[in-house]
Amino acid sequence: MSYTEIMLISSIKVIVVVLAVLTGCAYSTWLERKLVGHFQHRIGPNVAGPFGLLQPIADAIKLVFKEDIVPNNVERITYALAPIVVFIPALLSFAVVPFGDKVTMFGYQIDMVISDLDIGVLFVFAVTSLGVYGIVLAGWSSGSKYSLLGGVRSSAQMISYEVAYGLSIIGVLVIAGTLSMKELVAQQSSFFDWFIFRQPVGFVLYVICAIAETNRAPFDLPEAESELVAGYHTEYSSMRFAMFFIGEYANMLAVSCVATTIFLGGWQGPLLPPIIWFAIKVALFMSFYIWLRATLPRLRYDQLMNFGWKVLFPLALLNVMVTALIYRL
Amino acid sequence: MLLELVIFYVAAVFAIGAALLMILQRNPVASVLYLIVSLLAQATLYIQLSAMFVGAILVIVYAGAILVLFLFVIMLLNLRGEQFEEKRPRLGRATKMVISLALLVELLMIVKQTAFPERMDRLMVEATPDFGSVKPVAELLYTQYLYPFELTSILLLVAIVGAVIMAKRGRTDHDEEDK
Repeated sequence: MSYTEIMLISSIKVIVVVLAVLTGCAYSTWLERKLVGHFQHRIGPNVAGPFGLLQPIADAIKLVFKEDIVPNNVERITYALAPIVVFIPALLSFAVVPFGDKVTMFGYQIDMVISDLDIGVLFVFAVTSLGVYGIVLAGWSSGSKYSLLGGVRSSAQMISYEVAYGLSIIGVLVIAGTLSMKELVAQQSSFFDWFIFRQPVGFVLYVICAIAETNRAPFDLPEAESELVAGYHTEYSSMRFAMFFIGEYANMLAVSCVATTIFLGGWQGPLLPPIIWFAIKVALFMSFYIWLRATLPRLRYDQLMNFGWKVLFPLALLNVMVTALIYRL
Repeated sequence: MLLELVIFYVAAVFAIGAALLMILQRNPVASVLYLIVSLLAQATLYIQLSAMFVGAILVIVYAGAILVLFLFVIMLLNLRGEQFEEKRPRLGRATKMVISLALLVELLMIVKQTAFPERMDRLMVEATPDFGSVKPVAELLYTQYLYPFELTSILLLVAIVGAVIMAKRGRTDHDEEDK
Protein backbone atom coordinates (compact mmCIF):
# COMPACT_ATOMS: atom_id res chain seq x y z
CA MET A 1 0.00 0.00 0.00
CA SER A 2 1.23 3.44 -0.81
CA TYR A 3 1.58 6.29 1.64
CA THR A 4 -1.56 8.09 0.39
CA GLU A 5 -3.60 4.91 0.58
CA ILE A 6 -2.57 4.32 4.19
CA MET A 7 -3.42 7.90 5.10
CA LEU A 8 -6.79 7.65 3.33
CA ILE A 9 -7.74 4.36 4.97
CA SER A 10 -6.70 5.63 8.42
CA SER A 11 -8.72 8.82 7.98
CA ILE A 12 -11.81 6.86 6.98
CA LYS A 13 -11.35 4.57 9.98
CA VAL A 14 -11.08 7.56 12.33
CA ILE A 15 -14.22 9.17 10.91
CA VAL A 16 -16.21 5.92 11.10
CA VAL A 17 -15.11 5.26 14.69
CA VAL A 18 -15.89 8.82 15.84
CA LEU A 19 -19.34 8.68 14.26
CA ALA A 20 -19.97 5.24 15.75
CA VAL A 21 -18.90 6.42 19.20
CA LEU A 22 -21.11 9.51 19.05
CA THR A 23 -24.09 7.41 17.97
CA GLY A 24 -23.22 4.94 20.70
CA CYS A 25 -23.22 7.76 23.28
CA ALA A 26 -26.60 9.03 22.09
CA TYR A 27 -28.16 5.59 22.28
CA SER A 28 -26.53 4.86 25.63
CA THR A 29 -28.59 7.73 27.06
CA TRP A 30 -31.68 6.13 25.51
CA LEU A 31 -30.71 2.74 26.95
CA GLU A 32 -30.12 4.27 30.36
CA ARG A 33 -33.45 6.10 30.46
CA LYS A 34 -35.31 3.07 29.19
CA LEU A 35 -33.66 0.60 31.58
CA VAL A 36 -33.82 2.86 34.64
CA GLY A 37 -37.47 3.47 33.76
CA HIS A 38 -38.20 -0.25 33.86
CA PHE A 39 -36.14 -0.73 37.02
CA GLN A 40 -38.40 1.86 38.65
CA HIS A 41 -41.64 0.44 37.23
CA ARG A 42 -41.99 3.20 34.68
CA ILE A 43 -41.96 2.92 30.90
CA GLY A 44 -39.25 5.45 30.11
CA PRO A 45 -39.19 7.52 26.90
CA ASN A 46 -41.79 6.14 24.48
CA VAL A 47 -43.24 9.11 22.60
CA ALA A 48 -40.53 10.13 20.12
CA GLY A 49 -40.48 7.36 17.52
CA PRO A 50 -41.06 3.63 18.09
CA PHE A 51 -39.90 2.62 21.62
CA GLY A 52 -38.77 6.25 22.04
CA LEU A 53 -35.87 5.56 19.69
CA LEU A 54 -35.81 9.15 18.41
CA GLN A 55 -35.52 10.52 21.95
CA PRO A 56 -31.70 11.12 21.76
CA ILE A 57 -32.21 13.24 18.63
CA ALA A 58 -34.96 15.24 20.34
CA ASP A 59 -32.63 15.73 23.33
CA ALA A 60 -29.79 16.88 21.09
CA ILE A 61 -31.99 19.43 19.30
CA LYS A 62 -33.27 20.74 22.61
CA LEU A 63 -29.76 21.15 24.05
CA VAL A 64 -28.43 22.89 20.94
CA PHE A 65 -31.19 25.47 20.96
CA LYS A 66 -30.98 26.26 24.66
CA GLU A 67 -29.45 29.54 25.77
CA ASP A 68 -25.79 29.26 26.77
CA ILE A 69 -25.60 30.99 30.14
CA VAL A 70 -22.13 31.94 31.36
CA PRO A 71 -22.06 33.18 34.97
CA ASN A 72 -20.21 36.43 35.70
CA ASN A 73 -17.26 35.33 37.81
CA VAL A 74 -16.00 32.37 35.81
CA GLU A 75 -12.45 32.08 34.50
CA ARG A 76 -13.46 32.39 30.87
CA ILE A 77 -10.79 30.38 29.06
CA THR A 78 -10.63 27.40 31.40
CA TYR A 79 -14.42 27.44 31.68
CA ALA A 80 -14.74 27.04 27.92
CA LEU A 81 -11.89 24.53 27.75
CA ALA A 82 -13.15 22.12 30.44
CA PRO A 83 -15.96 20.35 28.52
CA ILE A 84 -13.61 19.75 25.58
CA VAL A 85 -10.93 18.33 27.88
CA VAL A 86 -13.45 15.82 29.26
CA PHE A 87 -14.50 14.76 25.78
CA ILE A 88 -11.23 14.39 23.83
CA PRO A 89 -9.41 11.81 26.01
CA ALA A 90 -12.52 9.62 26.01
CA LEU A 91 -12.53 9.62 22.22
CA LEU A 92 -8.76 9.03 21.97
CA SER A 93 -8.89 5.71 23.78
CA PHE A 94 -10.97 4.21 20.96
CA ALA A 95 -7.91 4.54 18.71
CA VAL A 96 -6.40 1.27 19.96
CA VAL A 97 -9.56 -0.81 20.44
CA PRO A 98 -9.83 -3.67 17.93
CA PHE A 99 -13.45 -3.92 16.77
CA GLY A 100 -13.01 -7.04 14.69
CA ASP A 101 -10.68 -9.26 12.70
CA LYS A 102 -8.99 -8.32 9.41
CA VAL A 103 -11.52 -7.84 6.61
CA THR A 104 -11.03 -7.47 2.88
CA MET A 105 -12.84 -4.45 1.49
CA PHE A 106 -12.46 -3.04 -2.05
CA GLY A 107 -9.38 -5.21 -2.49
CA TYR A 108 -7.63 -3.89 0.62
CA GLN A 109 -6.77 -5.85 3.75
CA ILE A 110 -8.22 -3.67 6.46
CA ASP A 111 -7.51 -4.13 10.16
CA MET A 112 -10.54 -3.29 12.27
CA VAL A 113 -8.45 -1.12 14.57
CA ILE A 114 -7.26 2.41 13.97
CA SER A 115 -3.79 1.79 15.33
CA ASP A 116 -2.45 -1.41 16.86
CA LEU A 117 0.15 0.07 19.18
CA ASP A 118 2.74 -2.08 20.95
CA ILE A 119 1.79 -0.23 24.10
CA GLY A 120 -1.97 -0.25 23.47
CA VAL A 121 -3.01 -0.86 27.06
CA LEU A 122 -0.61 1.79 28.35
CA PHE A 123 -1.98 4.21 25.76
CA VAL A 124 -5.52 3.70 27.02
CA PHE A 125 -4.44 4.35 30.59
CA ALA A 126 -2.41 7.39 29.56
CA VAL A 127 -5.26 9.12 27.75
CA THR A 128 -8.00 8.21 30.22
CA SER A 129 -5.88 9.55 33.07
CA LEU A 130 -6.12 12.98 31.39
CA GLY A 131 -9.92 13.05 31.57
CA VAL A 132 -9.84 14.19 35.20
CA TYR A 133 -8.53 17.62 34.16
CA GLY A 134 -11.79 18.52 32.49
CA ILE A 135 -13.71 17.92 35.69
CA VAL A 136 -11.16 19.62 37.92
CA LEU A 137 -10.98 22.68 35.66
CA ALA A 138 -14.75 22.88 35.34
CA GLY A 139 -15.02 22.85 39.12
CA TRP A 140 -12.29 25.42 39.60
CA SER A 141 -13.23 27.86 36.86
CA SER A 142 -16.96 28.02 37.55
CA GLY A 143 -16.46 30.25 40.58
CA SER A 144 -19.11 28.36 42.51
CA LYS A 145 -18.78 26.47 45.78
CA TYR A 146 -20.71 23.45 44.58
CA SER A 147 -18.63 23.19 41.46
CA LEU A 148 -15.38 23.57 43.40
CA LEU A 149 -16.37 20.85 45.88
CA GLY A 150 -17.32 18.58 43.00
CA GLY A 151 -13.97 19.21 41.31
CA VAL A 152 -11.98 18.61 44.50
CA ARG A 153 -13.88 15.40 45.23
CA SER A 154 -13.39 14.19 41.72
CA SER A 155 -9.64 14.74 41.65
CA ALA A 156 -9.18 13.01 45.02
CA GLN A 157 -11.37 10.11 43.92
CA MET A 158 -9.71 9.63 40.57
CA ILE A 159 -6.19 9.75 41.96
CA SER A 160 -7.11 7.23 44.65
CA TYR A 161 -8.77 4.77 42.33
CA GLU A 162 -6.29 5.12 39.50
CA VAL A 163 -3.68 3.14 41.44
CA ALA A 164 -5.91 0.11 41.89
CA TYR A 165 -7.27 0.61 38.36
CA GLY A 166 -3.81 0.30 36.87
CA LEU A 167 -2.89 -2.65 39.09
CA SER A 168 -6.09 -4.54 38.29
CA ILE A 169 -5.00 -5.33 34.75
CA ILE A 170 -1.36 -6.08 35.57
CA GLY A 171 -2.43 -9.66 36.30
CA VAL A 172 -3.70 -10.03 32.73
CA LEU A 173 -0.53 -8.49 31.38
CA VAL A 174 1.61 -10.88 33.44
CA ILE A 175 -0.22 -13.87 31.94
CA ALA A 176 -0.38 -12.50 28.39
CA GLY A 177 3.10 -10.98 28.26
CA THR A 178 1.95 -8.28 25.85
CA LEU A 179 0.48 -4.79 25.89
CA SER A 180 -1.01 -4.89 22.42
CA MET A 181 -4.82 -4.99 22.44
CA LYS A 182 -4.89 -7.09 19.27
CA GLU A 183 -2.53 -9.62 20.77
CA LEU A 184 -4.65 -9.78 23.94
CA VAL A 185 -7.76 -10.64 21.89
CA ALA A 186 -5.82 -13.27 19.98
CA GLN A 187 -4.91 -14.97 23.25
CA GLN A 188 -8.58 -15.40 24.19
CA SER A 189 -9.60 -17.52 21.22
CA SER A 190 -11.58 -20.17 23.11
CA PHE A 191 -14.30 -19.37 25.63
CA PHE A 192 -12.46 -20.53 28.75
CA ASP A 193 -9.35 -18.64 27.69
CA TRP A 194 -11.15 -15.36 28.32
CA PHE A 195 -9.21 -13.43 30.90
CA ILE A 196 -12.33 -13.05 33.04
CA PHE A 197 -11.91 -16.76 33.90
CA ARG A 198 -8.16 -16.60 34.34
CA GLN A 199 -8.26 -13.32 36.26
CA PRO A 200 -11.62 -13.19 38.09
CA VAL A 201 -10.31 -10.99 40.91
CA GLY A 202 -8.65 -8.70 38.38
CA PHE A 203 -11.92 -8.34 36.49
CA VAL A 204 -13.94 -7.45 39.60
CA LEU A 205 -11.29 -4.92 40.63
CA TYR A 206 -11.23 -3.47 37.11
CA VAL A 207 -15.01 -3.03 37.03
CA ILE A 208 -15.18 -1.37 40.45
CA CYS A 209 -12.29 1.01 39.72
CA ALA A 210 -13.57 1.80 36.24
CA ILE A 211 -16.95 2.82 37.66
CA ALA A 212 -15.16 5.07 40.14
CA GLU A 213 -12.96 6.52 37.38
CA THR A 214 -15.98 7.38 35.25
CA ASN A 215 -17.77 8.98 38.23
CA ARG A 216 -20.80 6.74 37.91
CA ALA A 217 -23.14 5.57 40.66
CA PRO A 218 -22.45 4.38 43.32
CA PHE A 219 -19.25 6.44 43.02
CA ASP A 220 -20.84 9.58 41.59
CA LEU A 221 -19.87 11.80 44.51
CA PRO A 222 -18.46 14.58 42.29
CA GLU A 223 -21.98 15.26 41.05
CA ALA A 224 -23.99 14.10 44.07
CA GLU A 225 -27.21 15.99 43.38
CA SER A 226 -28.54 15.74 46.93
CA GLU A 227 -25.55 17.67 48.34
CA LEU A 228 -23.82 19.48 45.49
CA VAL A 229 -26.69 20.43 43.13
CA ALA A 230 -24.89 18.93 40.12
CA GLY A 231 -21.27 19.12 41.28
CA TYR A 232 -18.67 20.27 38.77
CA HIS A 233 -21.14 21.03 35.96
CA THR A 234 -23.60 23.05 38.06
CA GLU A 235 -22.79 26.27 36.18
CA TYR A 236 -22.87 24.79 32.69
CA SER A 237 -25.81 24.96 30.33
CA SER A 238 -26.76 24.24 26.75
CA MET A 239 -24.09 22.65 24.49
CA ARG A 240 -21.34 22.96 27.08
CA PHE A 241 -23.40 20.87 29.46
CA ALA A 242 -24.17 18.46 26.63
CA MET A 243 -20.43 17.99 26.05
CA PHE A 244 -19.97 16.90 29.67
CA PHE A 245 -22.89 14.59 29.20
CA ILE A 246 -21.53 13.05 26.00
CA GLY A 247 -18.08 12.92 27.58
CA GLU A 248 -19.40 10.85 30.48
CA TYR A 249 -21.05 8.38 28.15
CA ALA A 250 -18.03 8.27 25.85
CA ASN A 251 -15.93 7.41 28.91
CA MET A 252 -18.34 4.65 29.89
CA LEU A 253 -18.26 3.29 26.36
CA ALA A 254 -14.47 3.42 26.35
CA VAL A 255 -14.32 1.49 29.61
CA SER A 256 -16.81 -1.06 28.25
CA CYS A 257 -14.79 -1.49 25.06
CA VAL A 258 -11.54 -1.92 26.98
CA ALA A 259 -13.16 -4.37 29.40
CA THR A 260 -14.56 -6.33 26.47
CA THR A 261 -11.18 -6.41 24.77
CA ILE A 262 -9.11 -7.28 27.81
CA PHE A 263 -11.41 -9.59 29.77
CA LEU A 264 -14.33 -10.72 27.60
CA GLY A 265 -12.58 -12.07 24.53
CA GLY A 266 -12.92 -8.94 22.41
CA TRP A 267 -14.68 -9.49 19.10
CA GLN A 268 -14.44 -13.28 19.27
CA GLY A 269 -17.58 -15.43 19.26
CA PRO A 270 -19.30 -18.11 17.18
CA LEU A 271 -21.62 -17.70 14.15
CA LEU A 272 -22.26 -13.95 14.24
CA PRO A 273 -19.77 -11.56 12.61
CA PRO A 274 -17.07 -10.19 14.98
CA ILE A 275 -18.34 -6.61 15.04
CA ILE A 276 -21.78 -7.83 16.21
CA TRP A 277 -20.23 -9.86 19.01
CA PHE A 278 -18.22 -6.84 20.05
CA ALA A 279 -21.35 -4.66 20.09
CA ILE A 280 -23.31 -7.25 22.11
CA LYS A 281 -20.59 -7.50 24.75
CA VAL A 282 -20.22 -3.73 25.01
CA ALA A 283 -24.01 -3.30 25.26
CA LEU A 284 -24.15 -5.89 28.05
CA PHE A 285 -21.40 -4.12 29.94
CA MET A 286 -23.19 -0.77 29.54
CA SER A 287 -26.41 -2.35 30.82
CA PHE A 288 -24.48 -3.59 33.84
CA TYR A 289 -23.35 -0.01 34.51
CA ILE A 290 -26.97 1.16 34.36
CA TRP A 291 -28.19 -1.74 36.46
CA LEU A 292 -25.71 -0.77 39.20
CA ARG A 293 -26.88 2.83 39.03
CA ALA A 294 -30.48 1.80 39.51
CA THR A 295 -29.67 -0.58 42.37
CA LEU A 296 -26.97 0.81 44.63
CA PRO A 297 -27.10 3.89 46.89
CA ARG A 298 -24.22 6.38 46.74
CA LEU A 299 -21.24 5.81 49.01
CA ARG A 300 -20.29 8.28 51.72
CA TYR A 301 -17.04 10.13 51.06
CA ASP A 302 -14.95 8.51 53.83
CA GLN A 303 -16.31 5.08 52.86
CA LEU A 304 -15.18 5.72 49.30
CA MET A 305 -11.63 6.63 50.35
CA ASN A 306 -11.32 3.78 52.85
CA PHE A 307 -12.63 1.29 50.32
CA GLY A 308 -10.22 2.48 47.65
CA TRP A 309 -7.05 2.55 49.72
CA LYS A 310 -7.66 -0.15 52.33
CA VAL A 311 -9.55 -2.78 50.33
CA LEU A 312 -9.05 -2.38 46.58
CA PHE A 313 -5.38 -1.36 46.60
CA PRO A 314 -4.06 -4.23 48.80
CA LEU A 315 -6.31 -6.69 46.99
CA ALA A 316 -4.96 -5.56 43.63
CA LEU A 317 -1.36 -5.92 44.85
CA LEU A 318 -2.11 -9.38 46.20
CA ASN A 319 -3.72 -10.36 42.91
CA VAL A 320 -0.61 -9.31 40.99
CA MET A 321 1.65 -11.24 43.38
CA VAL A 322 -0.43 -14.43 43.29
CA THR A 323 -0.74 -14.29 39.50
CA ALA A 324 2.98 -13.78 39.09
CA LEU A 325 3.74 -16.68 41.45
CA ILE A 326 1.35 -19.07 39.67
CA TYR A 327 2.10 -18.17 36.07
CA ARG A 328 5.69 -17.05 36.06
CA LEU A 329 7.47 -19.22 38.59
CA MET B 1 9.21 12.16 5.82
CA LEU B 2 7.53 15.54 5.65
CA LEU B 3 4.70 14.75 8.06
CA GLU B 4 7.14 13.56 10.72
CA LEU B 5 9.11 16.78 10.37
CA VAL B 6 5.96 18.87 10.75
CA ILE B 7 4.92 16.92 13.85
CA PHE B 8 8.41 17.31 15.29
CA TYR B 9 8.48 21.10 14.86
CA VAL B 10 4.94 21.57 16.16
CA ALA B 11 5.71 19.42 19.23
CA ALA B 12 9.04 21.18 19.80
CA VAL B 13 7.50 24.65 19.59
CA PHE B 14 4.73 23.60 21.97
CA ALA B 15 7.17 22.00 24.41
CA ILE B 16 9.41 25.06 24.65
CA GLY B 17 6.68 27.68 24.28
CA ALA B 18 4.47 26.14 26.95
CA ALA B 19 7.47 25.75 29.27
CA LEU B 20 8.27 29.45 28.85
CA LEU B 21 4.66 30.47 29.40
CA MET B 22 4.59 28.32 32.50
CA ILE B 23 7.28 30.31 34.29
CA LEU B 24 6.01 33.67 32.97
CA GLN B 25 2.56 33.20 34.54
CA ARG B 26 1.28 34.78 37.72
CA ASN B 27 -1.80 32.56 37.81
CA PRO B 28 -0.77 29.18 39.31
CA VAL B 29 -3.56 27.20 37.63
CA ALA B 30 -2.54 28.52 34.21
CA SER B 31 1.07 27.56 35.02
CA VAL B 32 0.05 23.98 35.74
CA LEU B 33 -1.96 23.86 32.52
CA TYR B 34 1.00 25.07 30.46
CA LEU B 35 3.19 22.48 32.16
CA ILE B 36 0.72 19.78 31.09
CA VAL B 37 0.81 21.03 27.50
CA SER B 38 4.59 21.01 27.61
CA LEU B 39 4.63 17.45 28.97
CA LEU B 40 2.26 16.21 26.27
CA ALA B 41 4.47 17.78 23.62
CA GLN B 42 7.52 16.10 25.19
CA ALA B 43 5.70 12.77 25.17
CA THR B 44 5.07 13.28 21.44
CA LEU B 45 8.79 13.86 20.92
CA TYR B 46 9.67 10.70 22.83
CA ILE B 47 7.23 8.69 20.74
CA GLN B 48 8.78 10.11 17.57
CA LEU B 49 12.13 8.84 18.84
CA SER B 50 10.32 5.46 19.11
CA ALA B 51 10.69 5.58 22.89
CA MET B 52 7.04 4.52 23.17
CA PHE B 53 7.26 3.31 26.75
CA VAL B 54 8.92 6.44 28.09
CA GLY B 55 6.35 8.61 26.30
CA ALA B 56 3.38 6.70 27.71
CA ILE B 57 4.83 6.63 31.23
CA LEU B 58 5.54 10.37 31.06
CA VAL B 59 1.85 11.00 30.39
CA ILE B 60 0.53 8.47 32.92
CA VAL B 61 2.80 9.44 35.81
CA TYR B 62 3.37 13.17 35.34
CA ALA B 63 0.39 14.46 33.40
CA GLY B 64 -2.06 11.90 34.76
CA ALA B 65 -1.16 11.81 38.42
CA ILE B 66 1.41 14.28 39.73
CA LEU B 67 0.01 17.38 38.06
CA VAL B 68 -3.52 16.44 39.13
CA LEU B 69 -2.16 16.61 42.68
CA PHE B 70 -0.64 20.04 41.93
CA LEU B 71 -4.01 21.29 40.72
CA PHE B 72 -5.71 19.67 43.70
CA VAL B 73 -3.51 21.54 46.16
CA ILE B 74 -3.86 24.84 44.29
CA MET B 75 -7.63 24.44 44.29
CA LEU B 76 -7.76 23.52 47.99
CA LEU B 77 -5.70 26.56 48.96
CA ASN B 78 -7.67 28.55 46.40
CA LEU B 79 -4.57 30.36 45.16
CA ARG B 80 -5.10 33.09 42.61
CA GLY B 81 -2.46 35.19 40.91
CA GLU B 82 -2.77 38.32 43.08
CA GLN B 83 -1.72 36.57 46.26
CA PHE B 84 1.80 36.14 45.04
CA GLU B 85 2.39 39.88 44.63
CA GLU B 86 2.91 40.62 48.33
CA LYS B 87 4.82 37.60 49.54
CA ARG B 88 8.30 37.67 48.10
CA PRO B 89 10.41 34.57 48.73
CA ARG B 90 13.20 34.92 51.28
CA LEU B 91 16.05 34.03 48.99
CA GLY B 92 18.09 37.05 48.00
CA ARG B 93 18.70 38.09 44.41
CA ALA B 94 22.33 36.98 44.54
CA THR B 95 21.50 33.46 45.73
CA LYS B 96 18.97 33.07 42.94
CA MET B 97 21.50 34.23 40.36
CA VAL B 98 24.08 31.72 41.58
CA ILE B 99 21.62 28.83 41.55
CA SER B 100 20.32 29.71 38.09
CA LEU B 101 23.86 30.04 36.76
CA ALA B 102 24.86 26.66 38.22
CA LEU B 103 21.81 25.05 36.61
CA LEU B 104 22.58 26.70 33.28
CA VAL B 105 26.18 25.46 33.33
CA GLU B 106 24.98 21.97 34.18
CA LEU B 107 22.48 22.02 31.33
CA LEU B 108 25.09 23.27 28.85
CA MET B 109 27.44 20.48 29.91
CA ILE B 110 24.71 17.90 29.23
CA VAL B 111 23.95 19.46 25.86
CA LYS B 112 27.66 19.36 25.03
CA GLN B 113 27.75 15.61 25.67
CA THR B 114 24.76 14.98 23.42
CA ALA B 115 25.49 13.24 20.17
CA PHE B 116 24.81 15.76 17.43
CA PRO B 117 24.59 14.57 13.81
CA GLU B 118 28.15 15.58 12.86
CA ARG B 119 29.59 13.40 15.63
CA MET B 120 26.91 10.78 15.32
CA ASP B 121 28.65 8.27 13.01
CA ARG B 122 30.98 6.98 15.69
CA LEU B 123 28.23 6.75 18.29
CA MET B 124 25.53 5.34 16.05
CA VAL B 125 24.11 2.04 17.28
CA GLU B 126 21.77 0.04 15.12
CA ALA B 127 18.33 0.21 16.74
CA THR B 128 16.46 -3.06 17.02
CA PRO B 129 12.91 -3.14 15.61
CA ASP B 130 11.34 -3.28 19.07
CA PHE B 131 13.60 -0.51 20.39
CA GLY B 132 11.87 1.57 23.05
CA SER B 133 8.90 -0.71 23.57
CA VAL B 134 8.21 -2.32 26.93
CA LYS B 135 10.24 -5.52 26.72
CA PRO B 136 13.72 -4.14 25.96
CA VAL B 137 13.26 -1.33 28.48
CA ALA B 138 12.17 -3.81 31.15
CA GLU B 139 15.08 -6.12 30.35
CA LEU B 140 17.58 -3.29 30.79
CA LEU B 141 15.90 -2.10 33.99
CA TYR B 142 15.96 -5.53 35.59
CA THR B 143 19.42 -6.58 34.51
CA GLN B 144 21.99 -3.89 33.78
CA TYR B 145 20.33 -1.12 35.81
CA LEU B 146 18.78 -3.29 38.54
CA TYR B 147 20.54 -1.63 41.49
CA PRO B 148 19.94 2.01 40.50
CA PHE B 149 16.32 1.11 39.70
CA GLU B 150 15.65 -0.55 43.04
CA LEU B 151 17.53 2.17 44.91
CA THR B 152 15.27 4.79 43.30
CA SER B 153 12.23 2.92 44.57
CA ILE B 154 13.67 2.90 48.08
CA LEU B 155 14.36 6.62 47.77
CA LEU B 156 10.73 7.23 46.78
CA LEU B 157 9.51 5.07 49.67
CA VAL B 158 11.63 7.07 52.13
CA ALA B 159 10.20 10.28 50.68
CA ILE B 160 6.63 9.01 51.15
CA VAL B 161 7.27 7.95 54.76
CA GLY B 162 8.95 11.29 55.39
CA ALA B 163 5.98 13.20 54.00
CA VAL B 164 3.56 11.23 56.16
CA ILE B 165 5.63 11.89 59.30
CA MET B 166 5.89 15.62 58.51
CA ALA B 167 2.15 15.81 57.99
CA LYS B 168 1.39 13.96 61.21
CA ARG B 169 3.81 15.92 63.42
CA GLY B 170 1.78 19.12 63.42
CA ARG B 171 -1.27 17.35 64.82
CA THR B 172 -2.08 17.17 68.51
CA ASP B 173 -3.31 14.05 70.27
CA HIS B 174 -6.75 15.61 70.28
CA ASP B 175 -6.92 15.30 66.51
CA GLU B 176 -6.04 11.65 66.76
CA GLU B 177 -8.92 11.00 69.16
CA ASP B 178 -11.32 12.65 66.74
CA LYS B 179 -10.62 10.08 64.10
